[in-house]
Amino acid sequence: MSGTTIEFHSVSKRFGAVEAVNGLSFTVPPGVVTGFLGPNGAGKTTSIRMLLGLVRPSSGSATFGGVPYAQLERPLATVGTALEASSFHPGRSARNHLRIFAAAAGIPAPRIEEVLHLTGIGDVADRRVGGFSLGMRQRLGLAFALMGDPEVLVLDEPVNGLDPEGIRWMRELLGHLSSEGRTVLVSSHLLSEVQQTVERVVIIARGAVVYEGTLDSLESAVRVSVLVDSPDRDALRAAIENAGLGLVASSVSGLTVAGTAQDVGAVALRAGVSLSLLVPERANLEDVFLSLVGVGGAAAGSWAAPDPTRGTSTDPGPGVQP
Amino acid sequence: MIAAIRSEFVKVTTTRLWWVLALGLFGYVGFTAGLLAGLLGALGSQIAQRPGSPQVPMDLVAPVVYSTVAAVGYVFPLILGTVATTSEIRYRTLTPTFLAQPRRGTVLGAKLIVLTAAGALFGVIGLVASVGIGAPILAATGNDAVLQSPDTWALAGRVVIAMALWAAIGVGVGSLIQNQVAAIVSVLVFTQFIEPILRFGSSVWDWTASVGRFLPGAASDALVGTTIYNAFGIGSSARDPLQWWQGGLVLLVLALGAAFAAYLTTWTRDIS
Repeated sequence: MSGTTIEFHSVSKRFGAVEAVNGLSFTVPPGVVTGFLGPNGAGKTTSIRMLLGLVRPSSGSATFGGVPYAQLERPLATVGTALEASSFHPGRSARNHLRIFAAAAGIPAPRIEEVLHLTGIGDVADRRVGGFSLGMRQRLGLAFALMGDPEVLVLDEPVNGLDPEGIRWMRELLGHLSSEGRTVLVSSHLLSEVQQTVERVVIIARGAVVYEGTLDSLESAVRVSVLVDSPDRDALRAAIENAGLGLVASSVSGLTVAGTAQDVGAVALRAGVSLSLLVPERANLEDVFLSLVGVGGAAAGSWAAPDPTRGTSTDPGPGVQP
Repeated sequence: MIAAIRSEFVKVTTTRLWWVLALGLFGYVGFTAGLLAGLLGALGSQIAQRPGSPQVPMDLVAPVVYSTVAAVGYVFPLILGTVATTSEIRYRTLTPTFLAQPRRGTVLGAKLIVLTAAGALFGVIGLVASVGIGAPILAATGNDAVLQSPDTWALAGRVVIAMALWAAIGVGVGSLIQNQVAAIVSVLVFTQFIEPILRFGSSVWDWTASVGRFLPGAASDALVGTTIYNAFGIGSSARDPLQWWQGGLVLLVLALGAAFAAYLTTWTRDIS
């Protein structure tokens, strides 16, 4: 597999007075699963539909290795797509649904059986889609995406409606597909939903990219803090303040200090204060995500200071812009 | 294009719509043709013998019976074309369709071709009903079923053309109205209520009649040649009806015009 990179070049879309997508630029490399994250209404679906030639951008371009979707020679064999789980005629069977698009794309009939079994809906392939659960529709959508054995997969909220087993299955499948050198873009409005699936993330909010990079570097961008306590808490507090470490919060369970456990432990040792508690704390990645996209109220700007004092801190936290 | 046509063909044949409508067409046309054949065949000559009663031209009875397919049945291919299109919008199947074939004009062209063919098939099904039920009844009532006449087969050919064009018109109508329920209601109200009134009303004056003959239903009747409407002057602009080919041209222009308007609006807009 040669590998195809998805490229967004300052893509904008205006619906009347509303700027749905505003100068979006990012790339999605082959060989890894990339999460495309943002809250509902951030412009994810519009961006994906522009990438697929379904919605015309007001300006900019989105391409697959430099080629716009509409100019792909064999679109389904290049890009596999699963959009919302409702693009089915309810009176048609799953197999017939796939037959329609196999015919349009010149995909041989045996491949339909392959993807029906690969996605685990072979047994219900002759039932009308109208009676399918959301999870079964997701699988049928994925079967459509995989039908052309594409180099690129673009999946809009693919785990929505799947049971835990289905989510694990999807995670393994996407990992396998990306390990073959395919490009996999998975959108979601919840980071936690794809956290274990994706390696890279592109986070958008209000139509623009707010973070692009690996999930690891997003995690390390989270400022670490430590929950620490001592039988002599006042002495500990004084030692920390003398050492210039930031005291973020104080509560019944102890003091929350900005810094590593190593630093805080060393400060306590130098001051001769015995410790009764030293626990490294890491802000929830989801909180980071929410603060990046500017939702979640008090969580914004205070994600470095976890419970129980959330909302009292005025520390804006370090920027995580790449 | 061949692939797109095959795809649209699978679309039409994999839902219940086409055979439910075909069954409805068969039943409705068969009933109407049988009723007309029985009434006109048995009573026509008796009525004509009574002084002062309307004259039923007996040589028109068989064509009138056979052409009920288009005269009363044209709404079936029209609904087929309309719903085949609105269901794509309603169930968002346009999304995977345009993913598989991003050239939207090709998709629209393929849809028009497949539905035109389906409309022609409806014409054949309707003829099986109107001739299959009408001819034996005509024969049983002592009339000539004129099945050997080339005129009858020419009529059948024109019926098939009319039904095919109505299905193509439906594709344009469905694209332009989009909302499935609104489209079906509009088609039924127009064909069963508004147009008959307009045709009847327009026959009052010469100048309105000359406009009224271009109404789609009137044009369809002109194309077919002899129908219950224009044979007996029921709500027809009998003064100077269109030639058969002119009627066909009106339907063709309607079908292509609606498809072109659909392409410029619905088919090229954003699909979200």
